[in-house]
Amino acid sequence: MEPTDTSKPDYFHRVVDCQWACPAHTDVPEYIRLIAQGDFTAAYMVNRESNVFPGILGRVCDRPCEPACRRGRIEEKPVAICRLKRIAADHRDDVAALLPKAPAQKNGKRIACIGAGPASLTVANDLLPLGYAVTIFEQYAVAGGLMRTNIPAFRLPARVLDEEIGYITGMGADLRLNTPVRSLRRLLDSQAYDAVFVGSGAPKGKELELPGRNDTDRIHIGIDWLESVAFGHVDRVGERVLIIGVGNTAMDCCRSSLRLGARQVKVMARKPRQFFKASEWELEDAEQENVEIIVNHAPKSFVTEGGRLLGMMFEQLEYDVDGGEIRATRTLGEVFIPCDDVILAIGQENAFPWIEKDIGIDFDQWSVPKVNKTTFQSTLPGVFFGGDAAFGPKNIIWSVEHGHQAAISIHKYCHDEPVEERMPRGLKLSSRKMGMHEWAYKNEYNGVERRLVPHVGLVERFKKIDIEVELGFTAEEAALEVQRCLNCDMQTVFAAKLCIECDACIDICPVDCLTITANGPEARLRARLTAPATNRTQALYVSAALPQTGRVMVKDEDVCVHCGLCAERCPTAAWDMQKSTINIPNAIDEQVGTCPV
Amino acid sequence: MSYINKPKVAHPSLPTNKLGLTRRQYEGSMSTLCAGCGHDSVTASIIEACWGLDLKPEQLVKLSGIGCSSKTTAYFVAGAHGFNSVHGRMASIASGANAANRGLTYIGVSGDGDSLSIGVGQLVHAIRRNVNMLYLIENNGVYGLTKGQFSASADIGTKAKRGDVNVSPPIDPVLLALTLGATFVARSFSGDKAQLVPLIQAGMRHNGLALIDVLSPCVTFNDHEGSTKSYAFTREHYHAAIEADFVPPAEEIAVDYAAGETTRVGMHDGSSVLLRKLDPDYDPTDRSAAYRYIESKLRQNEYVTGLIHIDENDTTEFHKLNRTPDEPLNGIPFEKLSPGRAALDALMGKFR
Ligand SMILES: Cc1cc2nc3c(=O)[nH]c(=O)nc-3n(C[C@H](O)[C@H](O)[C@H](O)COP(=O)(O)OP(=O)(O)OC[C@H]3O[C@@H](n4cnc5c(N)ncnc54)[C@H](O)[C@@H]3O)c2cc1C
Ligand SMILES: Cc1ncc(C[n+]2csc(CCOP(=O)(O)OP(=O)(O)O)c2C)c(N)n1
Ligand code: SF4
Ligand code: SF4
Ligand code: SF4
Ligand SMILES: [Mg+2]
Repeated sequence: MEPTDTSKPDYFHRVVDCQWACPAHTDVPEYIRLIAQGDFTAAYMVNRESNVFPGILGRVCDRPCEPACRRGRIEEKPVAICRLKRIAADHRDDVAALLPKAPAQKNGKRIACIGAGPASLTVANDLLPLGYAVTIFEQYAVAGGLMRTNIPAFRLPARVLDEEIGYITGMGADLRLNTPVRSLRRLLDSQAYDAVFVGSGAPKGKELELPGRNDTDRIHIGIDWLESVAFGHVDRVGERVLIIGVGNTAMDCCRSSLRLGARQVKVMARKPRQFFKASEWELEDAEQENVEIIVNHAPKSFVTEGGRLLGMMFEQLEYDVDGGEIRATRTLGEVFIPCDDVILAIGQENAFPWIEKDIGIDFDQWSVPKVNKTTFQSTLPGVFFGGDAAFGPKNIIWSVEHGHQAAISIHKYCHDEPVEERMPRGLKLSSRKMGMHEWAYKNEYNGVERRLVPHVGLVERFKKIDIEVELGFTAEEAALEVQRCLNCDMQTVFAAKLCIECDACIDICPVDCLTITANGPEARLRARLTAPATNRTQALYVSAALPQTGRVMVKDEDVCVHCGLCAERCPTAAWDMQKSTINIPNAIDEQVGTCPV
Repeated sequence: MSYINKPKVAHPSLPTNKLGLTRRQYEGSMSTLCAGCGHDSVTASIIEACWGLDLKPEQLVKLSGIGCSSKTTAYFVAGAHGFNSVHGRMASIASGANAANRGLTYIGVSGDGDSLSIGVGQLVHAIRRNVNMLYLIENNGVYGLTKGQFSASADIGTKAKRGDVNVSPPIDPVLLALTLGATFVARSFSGDKAQLVPLIQAGMRHNGLALIDVLSPCVTFNDHEGSTKSYAFTREHYHAAIEADFVPPAEEIAVDYAAGETTRVGMHDGSSVLLRKLDPDYDPTDRSAAYRYIESKLRQNEYVTGLIHIDENDTTEFHKLNRTPDEPLNGIPFEKLSPGRAALDALMGKFR
């Protein structure tokens, strides 16, 4: 293999698995260390810089970082990254003075954001400090988008939303509530805005057209029903409820039902458990509340009598599953399951009835707009899309990242600069060596197991619909959980010319990451390392030829615990532990409007 | 010396041996030697070798004298028995322990100072008695522990860290052992685990004393330019003559060994050593030829490494010669072990 070029920011960035997996690239190990030091405010601000809503996301983020976490490859359970975010939010001091501020002198550019969900709010967050005048149009009386109208308050309290949305509107966004945009053409024709950001979400719940669908008013579309619950329009449900679908929306529907009078809630799944869309932790939370999840049942028809819903007919299925795929399906028979209400939670779609088809914005056959994946620009140059509106339903953290990227584009667009030419990511490395055996980070591996977040008791939590179920870590548990982080940003940095091939690093490495061997093609190298490097998603570091024998130092990044022992045992300091800081540019980092040199 | 211990966490795919133990379970306490010391690599090879032999930790006895090298017995197989003797006296302790219990596996780790300077008389007699043990010398040409004075293995002309030049002729442990009739003599390098691990395994399974001289650089006092025992010098001047592979008893011998240049030597416990001569002129079973070869190469400043001499047919093994009991002394009933006044009088009577 060629010697690894570690000057490219991506190499060390990938080693920080969580940060690499986070759509907004939150600097996770840095904020976890700040929590460990008790500096919750600083930890909060590190979060806010990339993910904008630490208190919200610390409760309800889809947490793609956790399945990626290196700790999960070493002892199964990843670091509770998400819940540590919440600890930072819960314990922070007043951050008002630390928040970005809009300058008194505006730059004269006006931006319209359609929808007040996380995508639009992020655009406003990034552009207001640059002097833009940002107007946010929201059809409802409250801001927050689905975070407010669909994520139930027992998972995400209104107070948390109010606070973090308040930080953005507080910078001077012109938030126009109860103001639906009914025609994009009219908005554009008004020429009141230099650019438009569409962050209107994917608001249409999927239908299930089966016999009996229109014979009763007790069949509900999940996201509409949750919205009605959030606005207090619905405050009761029947005793027996069937939820169709087993994604995250289904989980919110079943748990909300239990809080509105349901006694018996069944979530009906067509396929076996391994094919569920819901996150493992959402399933756990629902099952803990005694929701029954029934697999291998396909809906056949709604059974009604004189407008009254009696129940549903299902086909019972059997599958042959092999290698994670369904090879064959058999029908075993039909069953009737009685119920009083049915909630359909089988997905969401985009819908833009207010965007005229002839104004230059192209859509594909599923009504998803054609949007550039890097710039978020639509086929109409001044109009940008982000969040669920751009590529269909995703989650909050993706909406935030879309918002950041769209803000960069808008900033460039408004200054007549090409939106594709974006600042590249940067890398900064600095040694953490303090003395012979001292590092400016806690390098000791702590074997403590993942801590559990305490929950409100199973009786207490149902007393009101908005009792937040998760209590957040206690200080003691958090203090243990932070020690589980492996400090993956403390990089092992190698200087081949210093190595005397004494093997000290290889012998000391607790997880057999290192090998000195003859160079060769990657596949062969992977097979003959101290421990075979079978995880191909993780990089191999290959050094330049070593001075004494011409062999190479190879490091398999897969399960390095960043203990620093290699650097500590190296007599020549050929290994060093250096903190990597990945600079992820936001709109504020882009230089616009200056003379090109 | 490190401030944190090597964490217990291990690679998730770390293999286990027949006892269900991983290599990590053959480790000892954290090394306090200088970072980069060759001795630590030898320790790693011993760990690997013991793991590969499926050795029960409590079956192993670790013996040593004084020196950085002698400290290393603390760094492997924490569950083994151990004895740290006074300087240069490891061989006596090993002989005594060996006489008292032949059921255990003995490994002595010593230094060039411990074995060739102060303890050379002890080493000589251990070889002569053919004590059933692996005797491993971690040879760095200096007294590391006492800050780098020349030892008895320092070559003529080698320079100390401060520039002094050695004028006294060295004692080469390999030549010494060959002269004294040792039945297993090997040399290796701390930086060559692929060579060292099977040598250690074969040495532990050899019936009699197995001496391995391991060139093991002292990174602190003898790794500079002008030293003949530095990493760089050793790498330039070591010359693998005979590769040895150790094959445990039940295992099939892989076909690719079948070629003519490979010799199989059967060990008394059913395992074998497969020798592959890299130098066609060399015959490891011919003691005097081996002596001549090593000596001539040494004169050209070349360290010949590998399994230099092996003689599995020798009958001079310690227990055989001395008719020690099969049963360890601690398993013999007290009345038999100490038969009382009358028996002693009877015995003494024989000498009157
Ligand atoms: C039940 C449910 C649970 C979920 N749980 C989670 C979770 O736990 N974690 C997670 O990360 N994600 C979750 N999501 C997904 C997440 O809420 C969305 O991906 C995210 O909110 C999308 O953000 P957005 O800014 O693109 O749009 P939205 O949040 O959908 O906001 C769009 C806003 O635009 C407004 N709007 C729409 N059209 C117009 C118009 N013409 N004029 C003016 N205003 C308009 C809407 O009223 C809305 O306020 C969940 C989704 C659902 C349905
Ligand atoms: C009787 C006695 N004499 C001298 C010493 C001092 N001393 C301690 S270690 C040592 C030399 C050790 O050299 P070596 O065996 O080569 O070990 P190394 O440290 O080089 O590995 C000496 C002379 C001692 N401990 N005891
Ligand atoms: S920091 Fe070094 S010694 Fe520690 S696990 Fe990583 S490679 Fe191994
Ligand atoms: S400890 Fe240092 S000098 Fe020794 S092999 Fe490792 S990198 Fe090279
Ligand atoms: S002084 Fe030399 S022999 Fe002793 S530990 Fe240090 S490097 Fe090893
Ligand atoms: Mg020595």
